[in-house]
Amino acid sequence: MSIAEADRALLASSERSAAEIAAEAERRDIRSRWLLSAPALVIIMLAAVGPLLIVVIYSFLTPGDYGNVVWRFNTEGWTGVVLQQDIFSDKWQWADANLSIFWRSVKLSLLTTATTVLVGVPTAYFIATRPGRWRDVWLFLITIPFWTNLLIRTYAIMDLLRTDGLINTALVKLGIIDQPLQLMFTDFAIGFGMTYVFLPLMVLPVYASIEKLDFHLVEAGYDLYANRWNMFWRIILPLVKPGIIAGSILVFIPSLGAYVTPRVLGGGRNMMIGNLIELMFGQGRNWPLGSALSLTLMVIVTIALLYYVRVTSAQRRNYG
Amino acid sequence: MRAANGAAEGAVGGRAKTAVEAVGVTKVFGQGEERVVALDNVSIAIQENEFFTLLGPSGCGKTTLLRLIAGFDHPTEGRILLHGNDISSLPPFRRPVNTVFQNYALFPHMTVAGNIAFGLEMLGKPRAQIDARVDEMLRLVRMGELKNRETSQISGGQQQRVALARALAPSPEVLLLDEPLSALDLKLRKEMQIELKRLQHQTGITFIFVTHDQEEALTMSDRIAVMNKGCILQIGAPREIYDRPAERFVANFIGDTNFLQAELLSASKGGTRVKLPSGKTVAASLPEGLGEAVGKSVSIVVRPEHAEVVGKPSAGLLSGTLTNIVYFGTDTHYHVNLDAGGAFIVRMQNLRGSESGFEVGDKVGITFKQDAVQALRD
Repeated sequence: MSIAEADRALLASSERSAAEIAAEAERRDIRSRWLLSAPALVIIMLAAVGPLLIVVIYSFLTPGDYGNVVWRFNTEGWTGVVLQQDIFSDKWQWADANLSIFWRSVKLSLLTTATTVLVGVPTAYFIATRPGRWRDVWLFLITIPFWTNLLIRTYAIMDLLRTDGLINTALVKLGIIDQPLQLMFTDFAIGFGMTYVFLPLMVLPVYASIEKLDFHLVEAGYDLYANRWNMFWRIILPLVKPGIIAGSILVFIPSLGAYVTPRVLGGGRNMMIGNLIELMFGQGRNWPLGSALSLTLMVIVTIALLYYVRVTSAQRRNYG
Repeated sequence: MRAANGAAEGAVGGRAKTAVEAVGVTKVFGQGEERVVALDNVSIAIQENEFFTLLGPSGCGKTTLLRLIAGFDHPTEGRILLHGNDISSLPPFRRPVNTVFQNYALFPHMTVAGNIAFGLEMLGKPRAQIDARVDEMLRLVRMGELKNRETSQISGGQQQRVALARALAPSPEVLLLDEPLSALDLKLRKEMQIELKRLQHQTGITFIFVTHDQEEALTMSDRIAVMNKGCILQIGAPREIYDRPAERFVANFIGDTNFLQAELLSASKGGTRVKLPSGKTVAASLPEGLGEAVGKSVSIVVRPEHAEVVGKPSAGLLSGTLTNIVYFGTDTHYHVNLDAGGAFIVRMQNLRGSESGFEVGDKVGITFKQDAVQALRD
């Protein structure tokens, strides 16, 4: 073997061992990475995936006589989401009650989202344009309601809307109406309550995006002959759109699944999906249907989230 | 009412019209203990078609003055006139004045062309006219091929050009530039200095340029106003500012300078003489308002390149010991400790084959070139 050949062989062997060392290091790296993330994975499995799996399984079982489930495969939970069997003729027909509840949920959630945008964006703009110290004060005030129990806040709303509540009393005293209006137990009451409850979830992300806004852009807009109207539509709105979309998602999703607000302000009549699900697990004694309803709700929420991801990633592409 | 106001000071070219004028402008920010006087009774007249520079250290009020002209802020006292009309209370979108911002402030949600078209769209120009003007502007700043790019996809120098095109597109009467070159690297900055000068020439628009870079100010401007602590110290052509600084701050801020104390012997037209610390007398230039100081001690400045080192101490106006010789390639700096006290730096050009032959420790004399001495108001 010539010296050159020996050198080459040595080089090759050392190269191989270098590659082996790297592979070994990577294996060890992966092992420790799994080990470190194990607690988080266990919690996720126990807290998120596990219960979800149970819900999925329950949705394919048969309802028991006193609630609970019988371990027999059944798709009636799923068909029951949109269809129902007539008690006398056994004919399948649309489950009008369920569908109208779904429709009301989506409608009220969209309305709530729209109102929170209309009220929240100016509020956020107002806060973001205050001088430093006052900004913190206003943000603090916005978050204060979170400290109080939701149920208590909802009962407070009830006090406003009752026939002898603040709003009706004021309107009658002012002579605007003769008879108190029926505000409680209406879709209006639910929308009003949800707007109140979810407004901070709109204000905060919108505030964050307005605060992030480079004020030089606003000056540049004014400098280039944009009046206040054009400034808002052509400069400010496009730039805070990500915040508005984030806020809309944050408001829309919990609105869709809202339970307490429609229960208290809508009474028994004006149900939303959350109340329907609760009914199925309670008096309705139909756990599979309740499970299927829950999963349907999840699908709607996922669609909303996918839309959000698509819009924001498109925006990131555009703005860099 | 477009008649030029007669109050123009230091007019260039004799009958030039005043484009922008500040009359007794004071700007105060904050109240009580946080009260800051950003501009203190500033008056200035900027001519049409002039490249005018506001030069000063940060916090001197130059950007505040620019913002008052743009309309982003309003003067606490005094007025801003544009072609003789008071525009002090107009919002920025009613002033035929556009700004190039320090960080460019390009709209991130619009393309290059969208940015340039924005001002024209806001003015309600017809689409065809806007498109033509955008193309014209892109050609002017040599950016045609990047028309449909997002502003985040172009380099800093290119963003600078887009910002310029955007501000020039609506044909403003005055273009304001707020340290537009400070974010660029040295090579690009030099390039853009020439480019800006070309654009000003080509468009004939009055440029008001804000900078803290004295070299930038000297190379580009028709006239410079040197500012410090909310006041304008001196207004003049670059040469005037450099050769005839009126105050210590101006002399110090622009270029390197030697300060000396001297006695003012006489102050008459063409016959001003000062007595140097060495006892010798020399002719000097006086700024306005120093006439009564005869017999008193005044500060004088001599630029390093306006002096020369000579071998015989007695042959110089000053004498001293060489303490340091620093070679810079194009020229050499000689640091001299003066016999009368203090230090003096002389800058001499290096010519081929002319070895000076001086060494550290040598006793030398310093002579001045003609007109080298400038007295200061302090």
